Amino acid sequence: MKLAEEYRDGHLAGALAARIAHEVNPAVRYHFMEFCGGHTHAISRYGIEDLLPANVRMIHGPGCPVCVLPVGRIDAAIRLAERPEVTLCIYGDLMRVPGSHGNSLLKAKAAGADIRMVYSTLDALRIAAAEPERQIVFFAIGFETTTPPTALAVKLAAAKKLANFTIFCNHVLTPSAMQSILESPDELGRVRLDGFVGPAHVSTVIGSRPYAFVADEYKKPIVIAGFEPLDVMQAILMLVRQVNEGRHEVENQYTRAVKSEGNEKAKADMAEIFELRESFEWRGLGHVPYSGLRLKEAYAAFDAERRFAMEDIPAEDNPACECGAILRGVKRPADCKLFGTVCTPETPMGSCMVSAEGACAAHWTYGRFRDRARAAS
Amino acid sequence: MTVKAYRRKLDIKNGRVDLSHGSGGRAMTQLIADIFHQALDNEWLRRGNDQSAFDVAGGRMVMTTDAYVVTPIFFPGGDIGSLAVHGTINDVAMAGAQPLFLAAGFIIEEGFALADLKRIADSMGEAARAAGVSIITGDTKVVERGKADGVFVTTTGVGVVPDGLDLSSDKARPGDRVILSGSIGDHGVAVMSKRQNLTFETAIVSDSAPLHRLVAAMVEAGGPALRVMRDPTRGGLAATLNELAHQSNIGFRISEETIPVKPEVAAACDLLGLDPLYVANEGKLVAIVAPEAAEIVLAAMRAHPLGRDAAIIGEVVADEHNFVQMTTGFGGGRIVDWLSGEQLPRIC
Repeated sequence: MKLAEEYRDGHLAGALAARIAHEVNPAVRYHFMEFCGGHTHAISRYGIEDLLPANVRMIHGPGCPVCVLPVGRIDAAIRLAERPEVTLCIYGDLMRVPGSHGNSLLKAKAAGADIRMVYSTLDALRIAAAEPERQIVFFAIGFETTTPPTALAVKLAAAKKLANFTIFCNHVLTPSAMQSILESPDELGRVRLDGFVGPAHVSTVIGSRPYAFVADEYKKPIVIAGFEPLDVMQAILMLVRQVNEGRHEVENQYTRAVKSEGNEKAKADMAEIFELRESFEWRGLGHVPYSGLRLKEAYAAFDAERRFAMEDIPAEDNPACECGAILRGVKRPADCKLFGTVCTPETPMGSCMVSAEGACAAHWTYGRFRDRARAAS
Repeated sequence: MTVKAYRRKLDIKNGRVDLSHGSGGRAMTQLIADIFHQALDNEWLRRGNDQSAFDVAGGRMVMTTDAYVVTPIFFPGGDIGSLAVHGTINDVAMAGAQPLFLAAGFIIEEGFALADLKRIADSMGEAARAAGVSIITGDTKVVERGKADGVFVTTTGVGVVPDGLDLSSDKARPGDRVILSGSIGDHGVAVMSKRQNLTFETAIVSDSAPLHRLVAAMVEAGGPALRVMRDPTRGGLAATLNELAHQSNIGFRISEETIPVKPEVAAACDLLGLDPLYVANEGKLVAIVAPEAAEIVLAAMRAHPLGRDAAIIGEVVADEHNFVQMTTGFGGGRIVDWLSGEQLPRIC
């Protein structure tokens, strides 16, 4: 795949790093948040922090869908999967997300629940068609990237009159979460945010316009960037330039995939199937208004929460967990006393340790050698 | 007058394994004779004992055993049978040893197609002959439907270590070089591309191969300068290096640019959200070699077809945290950590 390799070229990275180092104002500290877990992963996986000047700091945002899924939703899914008539179809990285009492879907599966890993919503539909005697529930999760495939599955299920197919909807919205971070109350501590590396895949669906409020109302620069490491480097350079020139605009680095209007067909499908929830809980951010989606009344028949009368299960995160502060950039992973002790990728306690895209898991898996250097200096 | 009882031929084309094939009666004898003895034929098996006797040379021997439960049973570049032969030969060879004999055990699920069983046995026979190693004893069991997944195979191997050689995973020392015998990730991606629910086509075939001849060439070139050898199977190169770092209480510094990954494997991993460093190999080895012998061993490896793409990928460093640190192809640094649980595809 030559195409991808070109966006990972070490020589070009070196040239971009030199350009960033040349253009930053040594008297200024730059705090940029990459919202998406995909960017967090690229930054950690390719060691991008080592290529940035010391006064440019990347803050890893909450854009990892499995990380921000609250404990109660996992508990509810486990309870659902334990029903003998239910087959729960899930994306692979949901398997290990911790619920209450150390339980997870992986453990529920081992205990006998019929939980199957699928790679697409269409796999779940196929299972529903092939096994009409079972209740097939698709665990729908993700930002605007994975929402259109769920919408498509519901439309297809309706067209085929599949009576045994429902979805457990946990889709959430990126702009609402960004707003929540920008609005976060001062008592939680606040780090000055100087700009955002904007979502890649999400923006291919919703376009660049929904981020206008970041630039207009909150006066923050935002650069939409692809998930390859050179994309991220270039976006950081563009952010540095906006800050230096006192601009705050929505810029698009990812022009090879993102249009300002996004994908009209995907947006239309989403609008047909889903409506806003008044509030949805995010691990680490708490209840965020108008940040989650549910099925519209016309598609209620495909809503697992209604069909199985699923109830909200209140569940608390570990009180010592610093995920909320880490997601806002107020603390670093190593500042949390759970980090690397009781909280590791094998036994995650908080949301940021759940998936390789989470701030803590990425730091633990790829970057913790830097803590040693930091401690020594 | 005695009449010889009529014996119906085993219907390999359409027949299936049933519980009588594991009951110790005629059916079992017939299954063993018609499938296993025919495929694996050698002078020891022909004697039909429950064990096989052989002479042993002086010196040190190694023994290893491994179980194979791969799904799917047949995959591009191999099957559970050839894998069971190669994998155990490789475990013997990682001690610097040359394999002598193998033993094989089969746990077969009721209903398994005889044609598939024959295909597996034939593949084992072919792999063993090509490697010059005989399978001299074995066992079959049949379990009820649902108690196994088609067929499970275990193989045990014995081999002889050349004089003066004592490879062990606690022997890596700072300054030693890390040599990788070729491209990583081929086996895991070949198997995953065949897995149920994953419909995507690749030209990637498993690298499953016996490494004992490559090892013999390395032993001849490097002798006692070889400190440790490992085949990076489950968990891939990352797991192997982390294991060695802990067992030798050292760290590694490796360079991503020097690690061979085939473009099609890299592309498939991209698509699935996997990292080739964590993907299984079945025909590759990692050698930790004293620095003064590294180039000689590397040259010997490159002269062998299974080591043609061998490369020095890094070196051993003193590190109380036992970190495996890697300079990425992009120019930054990262840890190559253990995998937590199974590597699962990411959703976005």
